Amino acid sequence: MRMSKIAASLALASMLACGSALAETLRWSSAGDSLTMDPHAQNEGPTHVLSHQVYDTLVFRDQEMRLQPRLATEWYISPDDSSVWEFKLREGVSYHNGNPFTADDVVFSINRAKHDNSDMKGLLTTVVEVSKVDDYTVRMRTDGPNPLLPNNLTNLFIMDREWAEANNVTLPQNFKGGEETHAVRNANGTGPFRLVSREPDVRTELVRNDEYWGRDVFPMEVSRIIHTPISSAATRAAALLSGEIDFLLDPPVQDLERLNNARGLVVRSAPENRTIFLGMQMGLPELRTSDVKGKNPFADKRVREAMNIAINRDAIQRVVMRGQSVPAGIVMAPFVDGYSADIDVVPAVDVNRAKALLSEAGYPNGFTVTLACSNDRYINDEAICQAVTGMFGQIGVRVRLDARSRSIHFAELQRGELDFYLLGWGVPTMDSHYVFHYLFETRSERGGSWNHTGYSNAEADALIDAMTREVDADKRAEMVSSVWSMVQDDIVYLPIHHQMLNWAMKDNIDFPVQSENYPYFKLLKYNK
Amino acid sequence: MLAFIIRRLLQSILVMLAVALVSFGLFRFIGDPIHNMVGQEATAAEREQLRQDLGLNDPVPLQFARFVGNALRGEFGLSYRMARPVTDVIMERLPATLELALISGIGALALGIALGVYTALRRDGWLSQFIMSASLIGVSLPIFLIGILLIYVFAVELQVLPAFGRGETVRIGWWTTGLLTESGLKSLIMPAITLGLYQLTLIMRLVRAEMLEVLRTDYIKFARARGLSDRAVHFGHALKNTLLPVITIAGLQIGSIIAFAIVTETVFQWPGVGLLFITAIQFVDIPVMAAYLVLIALIFVVINLIVDLLYFAVDPRLRVQRSGRGH
Repeated sequence: MRMSKIAASLALASMLACGSALAETLRWSSAGDSLTMDPHAQNEGPTHVLSHQVYDTLVFRDQEMRLQPRLATEWYISPDDSSVWEFKLREGVSYHNGNPFTADDVVFSINRAKHDNSDMKGLLTTVVEVSKVDDYTVRMRTDGPNPLLPNNLTNLFIMDREWAEANNVTLPQNFKGGEETHAVRNANGTGPFRLVSREPDVRTELVRNDEYWGRDVFPMEVSRIIHTPISSAATRAAALLSGEIDFLLDPPVQDLERLNNARGLVVRSAPENRTIFLGMQMGLPELRTSDVKGKNPFADKRVREAMNIAINRDAIQRVVMRGQSVPAGIVMAPFVDGYSADIDVVPAVDVNRAKALLSEAGYPNGFTVTLACSNDRYINDEAICQAVTGMFGQIGVRVRLDARSRSIHFAELQRGELDFYLLGWGVPTMDSHYVFHYLFETRSERGGSWNHTGYSNAEADALIDAMTREVDADKRAEMVSSVWSMVQDDIVYLPIHHQMLNWAMKDNIDFPVQSENYPYFKLLKYNK
Repeated sequence: MLAFIIRRLLQSILVMLAVALVSFGLFRFIGDPIHNMVGQEATAAEREQLRQDLGLNDPVPLQFARFVGNALRGEFGLSYRMARPVTDVIMERLPATLELALISGIGALALGIALGVYTALRRDGWLSQFIMSASLIGVSLPIFLIGILLIYVFAVELQVLPAFGRGETVRIGWWTTGLLTESGLKSLIMPAITLGLYQLTLIMRLVRAEMLEVLRTDYIKFARARGLSDRAVHFGHALKNTLLPVITIAGLQIGSIIAFAIVTETVFQWPGVGLLFITAIQFVDIPVMAAYLVLIALIFVVINLIVDLLYFAVDPRLRVQRSGRGH
């Protein structure tokens, strides 16, 4: 009798312990919500965040930014043909509806993501053919050797072909049709969590997929996830302080100290994969917003150098960013391939030398120019621009500031209407080539789509093109390094800083910041 | 009477067209939705193609004509941001806004009248003085500040009310209601106070002024002379005659409560149409913005029409004048 009582209470105690370990609900918030459940329709951060919980990719980047196996267990360049990548797929994986995962799904998904309607097609332009070798092997042929293909696959989600066909969503949503497709609000992935309910912009609920292939590989301590976006920054912080949410992806910068000091909360930080910088139009014969007529001051490297050493990056970090940034001398984040601390040298402030350089270039009294800035895209973007406007004033460059909403700023930038502008750049492929291709290559049909500086360097262009096909890692690294020294020497951009990422959470949550800003909730652990 | 209604309806259509035209003129200055719709890898040609597909390259008058044509058939197109039909999205969000507006409107009306009567009757009492001074807060503090103050006190410090959202909702047909659950009701308190505070003080001050006016009139003196009880004089005679302008104002205010719920909804993350509109502006989601503005115009027009008709029905003098002009 006595024994059975003890046994019963022991059993009860262990049940309770198990119960608390098994049923952890995570309530979290962020400013924006995912735009769609269709994983190929939008190439956008908050959308990928949700897709990463429900869908799997072939490979992913862990919290240290290392490429890790996911649905692919192995990947290598084919020994017979350097233009072919082979992926070995994980066996015994099934979708949330029970369908098995096979090579057919990968072929289908890559082709779906390559379709014109897809927003992911830009990452797959080099892929010419995807084919199935057997049920668990896939080959991707590129238009030449592409040693970096796996880097482009970290946000390419794998869908179930059978499900897509049954629900008539074999193509990503487009806007011409004017119809909402099934995949916009429904999902059938292989991911660690299943979609239970979704009201866009209001509430999304996921539960743990107990059949997940990585159930024992990852902590998987969260059993239920409830996401409620909160657009107002003050309310978002208040919701965390009042205990209504457990995790906040984007705490307001001005509240970080308060949140970190609050009882039971902690803010974790890491450098973000995004660098903030200024671009100067140096290709035009005359600037549109300057009082200098007949010539373009930015075309003179001495002027660009003067501007570069006029910026007090430490002051911006201290005053504008309240310590939440890393002053930069180069426009790529520290963990991108090709980065080294030797080239990320923050230029020392030297107002006298800047003035001397301007006089030498023929502008002893400086000149005027308009700086265009977004005011709702990057952390404190408008304040950064106000700060540099004052700093340029010290060397006689009279800057008029035009701060406006991102939808106006980027539209004008894309139309090439800006003389002097603020831009931030992240590198999803984690490779220097991505930076070169979009920011430094001569603007043309095939590249330089974000190079609005008019910078054109044939020698650099040739190297940028050649490095896409170079399979020898050492030779390639050398190419990357020589392009960096060319563009650093030419002072194409004025780097300001690398942004910091902050995640705020209850202090019993152990969840390091992932620098792409993708919280993989399967990796979240609780301090016991 | 019928001619009057028809004339007002025709005027309403003109008003709606004018609203649509003005909003369309404004859209050109909000920016370009394309940047928000594609990833940074998209090429210039792909951006141009999307712009072409969405009809953004067409001249504004043509875009406007197409919009009006579709709107007449009840079609507002697909949201650029969510890729879902705008009508569906707005219908999902409308119950939240209407419930909030209704509750704060009723609350403001009931409390406003009660406090107005009280302060008029006890003009010199210390409580009346206090209420009158406190009501200045409602008039002078901006809505978002009241909302944030409430959140700070009741959610962060006291932790008795939720800081955001609508709580649990119950679905009845296409309507979702938060009035039937505890968390739904709790969530409603702070947004309703924030939204209704200004209307409350407005109605209170109006009732007080009208009441003081009426209390000075001869028929109130005669009523007292007849020996009627205070209760009968105050509520049977004075208040009744105070209410006519109050009803007019309250009717018009319902429209502005719905339209100006934008700020309250943003502060409390209330999932209504106002919050939808703000998000749409940030994204340059033109179909949602256009549909929202037309909807708000429609609400105002309908409420004005009802108020006009009420006037017609309630005030006999109007009818006499009109029929007199007819002869």
